[in-house]
Amino acid sequence: MGEIENAIQVRAVSKTFKLPHEKVSSIKNIFTNAIGYIRKRRTYEVQQALSDISFEVKKGEFFGIVGRNGSGKSTLLKMLAGIYQPSKGLIEISGRLVPFIELGVGFSPELTGRENVFLNGALLGFSKKEITEQYDEIVDFAELEPFMDQKLKNYSSGMQVRLAFSMAVRAKADVLLIDEVLAVGDADFQRKCFDYFKKLKKDKVTVILVTHDMEAVREYCDRAMLIEKSKIIDIGSTSNIAEKYLKLFSKNSQQFDNKKSQNSNRWGDGSVISEDISMAVEMDSISINQNIKVNNELKGFVAGFRLRDSAGKEITGTNTKIEGVKLPILISGSQASIVWKFPNILSEGNYTVDLAILHADAVTVADWWDEAVKFNVSRARHVPYSIYPGFEITISKSK
Amino acid sequence: MEKLKNRYRYSYILLKQLIKTDFKLRYQNSVLGYLWTLLRPLFLFMILYVVFVVVLKTGGDVPHFGVYLLLGIILWNYFVEVTTGSVGSIVGKGDILRKVNFPRYVIVLAGSFSALINLSLNLLVVSLFMWLGKAEPNHYALLFPLLIAELFVFALAVSFILSAAYVTFRDLNYIWEVIVQAAFYATPILYAFSYVTQKSPIVAKLIMINPVAQIIQDARYGLVTNKTATIASVYHNKMAYVAPIMIVLVLAVFAAIYFRKKSPNFAENV
Repeated sequence: MGEIENAIQVRAVSKTFKLPHEKVSSIKNIFTNAIGYIRKRRTYEVQQALSDISFEVKKGEFFGIVGRNGSGKSTLLKMLAGIYQPSKGLIEISGRLVPFIELGVGFSPELTGRENVFLNGALLGFSKKEITEQYDEIVDFAELEPFMDQKLKNYSSGMQVRLAFSMAVRAKADVLLIDEVLAVGDADFQRKCFDYFKKLKKDKVTVILVTHDMEAVREYCDRAMLIEKSKIIDIGSTSNIAEKYLKLFSKNSQQFDNKKSQNSNRWGDGSVISEDISMAVEMDSISINQNIKVNNELKGFVAGFRLRDSAGKEITGTNTKIEGVKLPILISGSQASIVWKFPNILSEGNYTVDLAILHADAVTVADWWDEAVKFNVSRARHVPYSIYPGFEITISKSK
Repeated sequence: MEKLKNRYRYSYILLKQLIKTDFKLRYQNSVLGYLWTLLRPLFLFMILYVVFVVVLKTGGDVPHFGVYLLLGIILWNYFVEVTTGSVGSIVGKGDILRKVNFPRYVIVLAGSFSALINLSLNLLVVSLFMWLGKAEPNHYALLFPLLIAELFVFALAVSFILSAAYVTFRDLNYIWEVIVQAAFYATPILYAFSYVTQKSPIVAKLIMINPVAQIIQDARYGLVTNKTATIASVYHNKMAYVAPIMIVLVLAVFAAIYFRKKSPNFAENV
């Protein structure tokens, strides 16, 4: 024996939602359209939220689920929690599962903080006696002692989150499902979240964490899974998954832009053109790979790029002339590739790359391509400035 | 076995808390608070007494008609409170349903128990007027808890069906309102039942098949006066009880099956 048991086993699970074209949700509709009723009910759009998902999570494992918005990861979490039923396949969970996936569920604004503690506690499965025993600790942790007899509607959102969180950490279970808790709250609160994660990891609780935060995935998860367009892309080491997740953004936008390449954001005489643009956005470096195809031979040309943020503000850029790079003379029909690599000191956000190929005079345009690629940078910390070079702070006390 | 115990432990904890919350929220911001649960039937009795006993005199030959009316109305109100309250109860809790996996029947059950607490407070007021009005309870009064149990099961069964069906058919609340209005007059609440028995014995027999009518008349017979009709006297046969009781039992079984079948998909459809 000695084999580690699985805490969660998901076998070939699919989930479809039926979205009726005209929702027959009232009996009046049936009367007014009695003949069409039966036929109408059959025409619905089937939305595939998840298809053929299989994975397992071992006992005591910290497992991350990442994916873009609408990829199906929250639906998966709801099925693990038993809130949604799978359309196909099987989900097996061994051990007690915390039945909630969000903070502060069931909080009622008309009740006092104290009353909400008991209500939320009941949803977590605590009896009145059990909550009474822990009550002081809960209030202490939330730092809300003077406010407990006030109605919840008079709490600030930060106070509500604190109360909800100090309830959530009480939950005793073998399997915890956590959905994007880190998205809310200030720095102080986030620190508490991270401390809580560390504790969970130490206590060997099985945790499923759904998040967009790759730093959290790298730091806490043992393994992770990437979901995209309702399918599993990969399951594996956190660094591998985090990298694939970040690449999703650049890859996807390239396809998008190739379709749009006939549009007015691209012009020039077409003697030399860019194609097959790809990007690699790493945590510490960015590379733009550009293929160049020569249609008509030119006596030298200049290639360049420009980086803009989501507001359109130009962040940086350069070209081969500025950099003093001589390009080889290319005969027509030949191809070449250029890689632009630079340190990733961008702060969190969406960026676009404009590419340009000019004649040797640096004026005549061969191929000017605005928004050739889009990409996204995710950071653990958010600063309201364009660049984030990383900071080293030294503080020394002087008398 | 352990798992089964844990499962019901959670339902029990949740049920208690939901009932408590419901009670707290109901009388919040009102000056007299909980006192209203007692004041409401008190004022109701005064109005009924003035309208039906003093002015309209619809009581016919029924003795203690004031208390007789009050008891009927309070039992009927319980049925209406439970069922109309239940229609939107699942949909109304949609927010929690989509985020927590807990046994869904607890929501409907909690509404039912809240109303039961109200009913017992109302019955306190009834007993006060029974004493003041010198009602004549007899040994059939001992069966009263059984009648309440029957009413509880019947109202609960209807509630399970309504709340689950409302998730798919959102017109149900209006339809149910109309049905309740019609049923109010089809049940001997405001009028002396002897009017019906004299006019048309067949209609009287039909009316008494309704479990609520049977319960109200039995309760009046035991608690207020034995000079009123019951299902046994209308049919001249005690076996007639089989009909309303079967209705309650069959409906309860159907409700349980229907609710169980529908509840796993509530979260997607609310």
